[in-house]
This record gives sequence, C-alpha cells and structure tokens, in this order.
Amino acid sequence: MTDVLIECKNVTKCFPLRGVFAKKEKVHAVEGVSFYIKRGETLGLVGESGCGKTTLARIILGLILPTSGSVFFEGNDIFKFSKRELKEFRRRTAMVFQDPFASLNPRMIIADIVGEPLVIHGIAYGEDKDEMVKELLERVGLKEEHMYRYPHEFSGGQRQRIAIARALAADPEFIVLDEPTSALDVSVQAKILNLLNRLKEELGLTYLFISHDLSVIRHISDRVGVMYLGKLVEEGKREEIFSAPLHPYTAALLATSPKPDPRERGRKRFFLKGEVPSAINPPGGCRFHTRCPFAESICASEAPHLERLSDTHRVACHYPLKARREGEL
Amino acid sequence: MKAKERLLKVEDLKVHFFTYGGIVEALDGVSFDLFRGEVLGLVGESGCGKSVTALSIMRLVPRPGRIISGRIIFDGEDLLKKSEKEMYKIRGSRISLIFQDPTSSLNPLFTVGYQVAEPLIYHHHMRLKRAWDKAVQILTKTRIPDPPAKARSYPHELSGGMRQRSMIAMALACRPDLLIADEPTTNLDVTVERQILELVKDLQREFGTSVLWITHNLGVIAELCDRVVVMYAGNVVEIADVEEIFSHPLHPYTQKLLKAIPSAQTVGGKLEEIPGTVPKLINPPSGCRFHPRCPAATDTCREEKPPMIEVRAGHFVACHLYGSGG
Repeated sequence: MTDVLIECKNVTKCFPLRGVFAKKEKVHAVEGVSFYIKRGETLGLVGESGCGKTTLARIILGLILPTSGSVFFEGNDIFKFSKRELKEFRRRTAMVFQDPFASLNPRMIIADIVGEPLVIHGIAYGEDKDEMVKELLERVGLKEEHMYRYPHEFSGGQRQRIAIARALAADPEFIVLDEPTSALDVSVQAKILNLLNRLKEELGLTYLFISHDLSVIRHISDRVGVMYLGKLVEEGKREEIFSAPLHPYTAALLATSPKPDPRERGRKRFFLKGEVPSAINPPGGCRFHTRCPFAESICASEAPHLERLSDTHRVACHYPLKARREGEL
Repeated sequence: MKAKERLLKVEDLKVHFFTYGGIVEALDGVSFDLFRGEVLGLVGESGCGKSVTALSIMRLVPRPGRIISGRIIFDGEDLLKKSEKEMYKIRGSRISLIFQDPTSSLNPLFTVGYQVAEPLIYHHHMRLKRAWDKAVQILTKTRIPDPPAKARSYPHELSGGMRQRSMIAMALACRPDLLIADEPTTNLDVTVERQILELVKDLQREFGTSVLWITHNLGVIAELCDRVVVMYAGNVVEIADVEEIFSHPLHPYTQKLLKAIPSAQTVGGKLEEIPGTVPKLINPPSGCRFHPRCPAATDTCREEKPPMIEVRAGHFVACHLYGSGG
C-alpha cells in the first residue's frame, strides 16, 4: 500500500444540538470510519440521506474538524498541517457540489468564478489568468464566449461543467464529487459522467465519488464503500460489492433500487421495512439491526467491527451473507 | 383479456405560456389514451411537458399558461368544457393529484388526519367524526405505523416517507377513478421509494384505480407501469407497452435515452450521449422537434412534423423513419 493518497483512521464526528430547547444530545453523524483511497482510483461512497457521506467528505478535505480520528494525505496528518501546508493541501484537493444552482455565485461572471482559485493560490493573474480560464472551459466542453456570462444564463449541466472547471483550476490531484449528477437529467448525467472519466484519465486524478444512485456508483467506481447511519458497513472492489455483497444492507440496497428492465419485475427480492432511524439516538449494537431481516440477539447488543474477509473486501456484520449462504446451502 | 375501457383520452392538447420573452409552446399537440385499471407511465426529461400535462388534466395550468386547443375526455365528458364549479367536484374526488414535494403540498397548520379527512367532508358531506375515522382507516392502508397517533400529528412531525404516505391517503380518500402522481418518489431515499412503489401497486390493485405516473426515472417506469408514453420537448414521441419500450424502442430519442443509463454493462465504458441540448420552447425547431439532435434526420424531418403512427399493435411512434413505406 505504498501509493495511498488519502487515508482516514477512525474518523468520528458528533454535532451537538444547539438552541434554547435543545436537550444535551448529539447527532452522531460519522462514527469510527476508516478507509483509504489509492492514487488514480475512484472510490464510490454510497448510502441514503443522513448516513454521513457529506460530513465525511468535508472532514477529508479538512473543511470541518472531526471529533476524533485523523486523516492522512500522502501519509501526513492534515489536521497537523501548518498554515502554509494547509494552503498547499487545499490547492491539491477540490470539491464539486451537488447543486450547481447554489454552488456558483450569481454575482460573479464565469471568468472570475473559474479564475478565483488561480488568484488565491498565486498561479496566474490578468491575461495569463484569462488564458488559463479559457483552456479550462474548453477542457470541460464549454466555449470562450461563455467566460463573460453569469451563472443564471446556463443550464444545470453547463453549470456543473463550470463547477468542474473551477475544481480543476489549481491543478489538483484529488477531487471530492458530492452527488455531482443528482440534480441532472439522465442524458445530461451521461455527458457529465463521461467527462469526469475522461478528465480522470487525462489528468491522472483521484476521485471520491459520493452518490445515492447505485447504478452511477457502479459505472464510475473502482472500489465502493457503503455507509449506513454514520458507519461504513461494507467496503470492497466494485464487482465484489455488486456481485457478491456481504452486508444485508448492501444486498437490500441492490435489490431495492428500481432497475430499467421490466423483466426484473416479477423476481422476488427482499425489501427493507421502516425508515432510517435518527442519528441523535442511533440503535445500540449494530445500527442496522432494527431493519435487518437476519438480526439475532447479538446484533442488538454488540456492534460488529469492520472485518477483512478477503484482501480487498471488508464487512461489518456478525452474520455476513456469505457465511449465511454457505451455512444454509 | 377483456376489452379495455378508455377512461381518459387526451387529444391534440396544446398549452402555451404567454411570457414576456415570447410564447412558450409547452405542449404541442399531445395525445394519448389511458385505460381503466392500468398504470400509465409518462416519462421524459425536465422541461418536456410532463407536469404541464398533469396540470392540464386537472385544469390547473398556472398563468401565464393557457390551454389553447385540444380535448381531454374523461369518462366520456370533455373536461375542457366544464365550468370551474364542476371541476371543483371532480378534483380530489374523481381525479386526484400527488405532487413531488410532500412537504410543500401539505398544509403545516392542520393535522394530517384532518387533511386526509377534508376531501371526505367536502365531497361526501361527512361529519368530521366519521370522516376522521375513515381517514385513520385509509392511513392504516398506507402502512403508516400507529395511524391514530399519526393522524393527530402535524406534517413537520413526520418523515418524508410518511408525508408522502399521507399524501397518498389524502389522494385516495374519495376512491378516485384516476390518480395522477407527479414524480412522487423523486425526493425519497431508495429504500423508502421502494416502499411507496409497492404501496401504490397494492392500493392500485385493491381499489382498481387507474394511475398516470409521471417520472424521469426509467427504472421506476420499468418496475411499475403497464404502458409508457415518452415525451420530448412538448411532444409525445412514442407510446408502447412497457416490455416493448425497453426491448424494442423505435424512436431515436427513446433509444438514446435508454442507452444513457449507467448499468452493469456500461462499466468502464462510455455512456451514450445525445448531442446538443433540449431546445428552448419559445422558438422550437421546425418539423420534428428532435431533428437537430437526431443522427438519422433528413430534410423531411426538418420540414414536417411526424404524425403518430401505429407500427405494431399498440406501439405508436412519431418519427419519419417509420413512415408509410418503411
């Protein structure tokens, strides 16, 4: 594991509830999450809303401090960086957000939006900057004439291209993509996914791709992590997760997502009952035990650890599906 | 199979929005049938006119939009000829509408129980007590946990999934003939979306309600619908049974749209791209509205609007490629 770019170790984040009537409680957004991303790969992070995907992404980029745990970039703890080191870390990382309507300043023209990282990091000014912005826009499939327009003049797909151009401006190595296609139509999504794959190849980028859409995650990721209520429940190579899921939650997610094939319709699959419990008072033991069809008494009392079942495949479950299948069949 | 009874017939519906920027031709001659007891999917990308179609059927097109021409025959009567007073009696009792965002379509000042009971009080002239009991019954059917307590809750006390369940309860309270669902699961998580889909399937079977299900998600269409209407830029481009649409799509737009979905087969490869963008409907392309983005476009496509033709039994397509000779 020499070429690990980013590694989180035991990252936990609790948000205290504030306000006059708030009880002394905490939202357990992320709890004890550890994983790594190798240089040049795409790690897909999938889970339902409120499972802590976005909080984790923010911690990895050093935008918020974790309650405990640490994040390493090329082996260095990012929360021990000096101011100068932190700025260099910020240059080498970038983020693309979900909502391209909220993530671009409506009062700035595109040239300034995309050029801002260049100025902040002292890379280029004036005409050099404009020249670089032009190249960046062409790289993401926009034209020079778009430079002097405002965000409201663009469609959702074009705005996401602008956000990607901005992310690329300071020549980063690692980009966090937080649901970059969730707000887009299928045909626009296809274009953005193709663009992201092309850019990754051309520029040798490393992605953390967050989404709730399993088919998108399957299309773009090399490895996949599945989160449920703040915990990483399973992690493995793409095909391990999609062809042989071990955690009941992963299996349920796969069975649940609607497939664009009417022939799949009659097949009997298992669906989850109930909704995701609140992260203020998460269930004890395995957090999934309240919805798990296979839960036994130990699941309610003891939290399972993320255990390695093969070189690449880890799962946090007392009764992983594989063991279950082998035992029963 | 017994002969299908037509419940709704939309015929050559034209809806224009008169904006300062010009006339937006949101619907340009939309026609389709909906049969009793079926789930008809209406699929298309944003801005293709799906929601305007739903609002037109309810006669709720907001200003500056106006229904220019066409007919909407519901159970033998033209809804466009009804007075506003007559429409009041139809909305919520014979045709109901569920919106995408249950948070903004429930009134925050009233309890969920009252809102589910309201159509019964209004349309069936029930006393509050009886309507309330009925509402709790219907909420039970939507599999909300602890219905009597949930009926006494306000919308903000419920989760997104439960709000959408109460919207469904409200829509089905008067046992309408037609339920129009406008992207009701778009904001929900997949596991909750699945529960809502299963619920609608079951209730549809139990009540025999016909459903017009509007979505941009082709996965949902494949799981839920019997027949599919594909829309593009204010036109219906293809109508067929759900198996037929996915196995033998005819219109170039449908074909490309299906290939743009990421799946197990596309892993590592490129997704199909449709060149260009959806046209502005202020000044839509002449002829077939898809021709600027269509790889097979000819001069005919640029000049003439393709008529809807039946290529196979029950499979309609509006495309010159499948003209009289071909």
